[in-house]
Amino acid sequence: MELTSQVGGTVLDGLGYVGALATLGGRAAYFTFLGPFRGKRLRWQQAVSQAMAVGVQALPILSLITFFIGLILALQSAYELRRFGALNYVATAVALSMTRELGPLITAILVIGRSGSAFAAEIGTMKVTEEIDALETMAIDPIHFLVTPKFLAMTLMLPCLTIWANAMGILGGAFFGVVQADFTWTRYIQASIDSLFLRDVTTGLIKSVMFGMTITAVGCYEGLSTGAGAEEVGRSTTRAVVISIFLVILVDLVFTALFFFVSGR
Amino acid sequence: MEPGNQNTLQTDAMISLRDLHVQYGEREILHGINFDVQRGETLVILGGSGSGKSTLLRTLVGLEKPSHGQIWIRGRDIATISSSELDEIRKKVGMSFQGGALFGSMTVGENVALPLREHTRLEASTIEIIVRLKLDQVGLSGFEDYMPSQLSGGMKKRAAVARALAMDPEILFFDEPSAGLDPIIAAGIDELILELKKAFHMTIIVVTHELASAFLIADRMVLIDKGRVVAIGPTGEMRSSTHPRVRQFFDRVAEPAVEQELDYLQMLTEDHRHGSADVARTKGAS
Repeated sequence: MELTSQVGGTVLDGLGYVGALATLGGRAAYFTFLGPFRGKRLRWQQAVSQAMAVGVQALPILSLITFFIGLILALQSAYELRRFGALNYVATAVALSMTRELGPLITAILVIGRSGSAFAAEIGTMKVTEEIDALETMAIDPIHFLVTPKFLAMTLMLPCLTIWANAMGILGGAFFGVVQADFTWTRYIQASIDSLFLRDVTTGLIKSVMFGMTITAVGCYEGLSTGAGAEEVGRSTTRAVVISIFLVILVDLVFTALFFFVSGR
Repeated sequence: MEPGNQNTLQTDAMISLRDLHVQYGEREILHGINFDVQRGETLVILGGSGSGKSTLLRTLVGLEKPSHGQIWIRGRDIATISSSELDEIRKKVGMSFQGGALFGSMTVGENVALPLREHTRLEASTIEIIVRLKLDQVGLSGFEDYMPSQLSGGMKKRAAVARALAMDPEILFFDEPSAGLDPIIAAGIDELILELKKAFHMTIIVVTHELASAFLIADRMVLIDKGRVVAIGPTGEMRSSTHPRVRQFFDRVAEPAVEQELDYLQMLTEDHRHGSADVARTKGAS
């Protein structure tokens, strides 16, 4: 009985949390799509500078990581494929795992570490130093002012980063292919492209859009619900990272399952 | 007075509080506050740590919702109006926060310009002139391009006042204007408040526990203790008050040690009508 009520309580808390995130996302969507028609101008400049921070500045580290991931995937799949003399299929294995799963996921995890945590810390610090209160007393909606540009930047940049991550991962695989498996660069790339269907790429990109929204919602929500004191900022940042990772995996599972049953693949 | 059910208010006061109760969760912080603030008057809200004075200020600017009672500002009850109506009132109200609350990612000039950019359709060049004017008023000419982190504590407060003045407010709120400043800088802030009062006839409400500054700037004072108004009156009257709690506060007498076991018990059991707000709020900011 005790256990049942505990499980029930946890589930309700979880649903409540997701509801709060959805509310935040909904208000950001309102300010993005409807606000401009109701005299609340869209903050393009802030969105662009956020997009720079979230997207462009993440490129070097993202490139490096996904190149390595591609290389690792190639090595791991070659270990098994070699026994069947099917080393040619390395390109397919790498291309499929990158575009369908690892590209979006690794990108999301990296962005959580770089940007989701930064959102929570930035907004949390503003909360502690009464800057959020100051916005409200100036009749400026903190969601409009702070959260909406972040949503815009993240939902646009995460798919872009994911495409880049896919490309770098395939390049990492190609490095192995050229050095170890008698591929030329062009043949490896051609083999990768041939093995991919458009929907492999698009399902990954749809997921990455969902990841972007999840990460922003969690980061901003945790920031806005920061209590008083500097240590609370640290706590919300940690929570933002942990909850984002969990929810991204959950969203990944849900959408992967959805695509599996809808398309039969 | 018959509080609680008027829809209109027969007073021309700028701000009127009627039976104001505020609670955080289960805990009631303010237990029925009543007073008026007249147009052009400077009212100082005094009180010790945990007296509820900061909560009162937060409620007055609409950051906390009252659990009961009314807050009339410029003839509207801000406890019941819609958020867009509240925003209209907020544009006519300026607030200077304790730590300044300047936006760290913007320059001082951008901070002051922000409400103008958000709420007016003024040209950028006009806004620039207004910003320069407001910074000049608070003695910060030429600091437009500084970041808040490059300013000293006193300058941050001045910049915050400039930002609060940006929209030419009718009411100006100050949260602990001299907290954390050395006596000379604090005196400078007091001077600034006096100048604003003289120049613009603004209604000014200051929350503080600095007695020297309170006596200097106040037309009237109200002493809050444990979530209630202990005394209210013109500065001179308050100074010569014989009310024991007022005397204790002004003469800076420490809280007497608990003598009676019953009092002690009452304190520990968190009797909501008397002790709890005081005990509980001392943990948080005041």
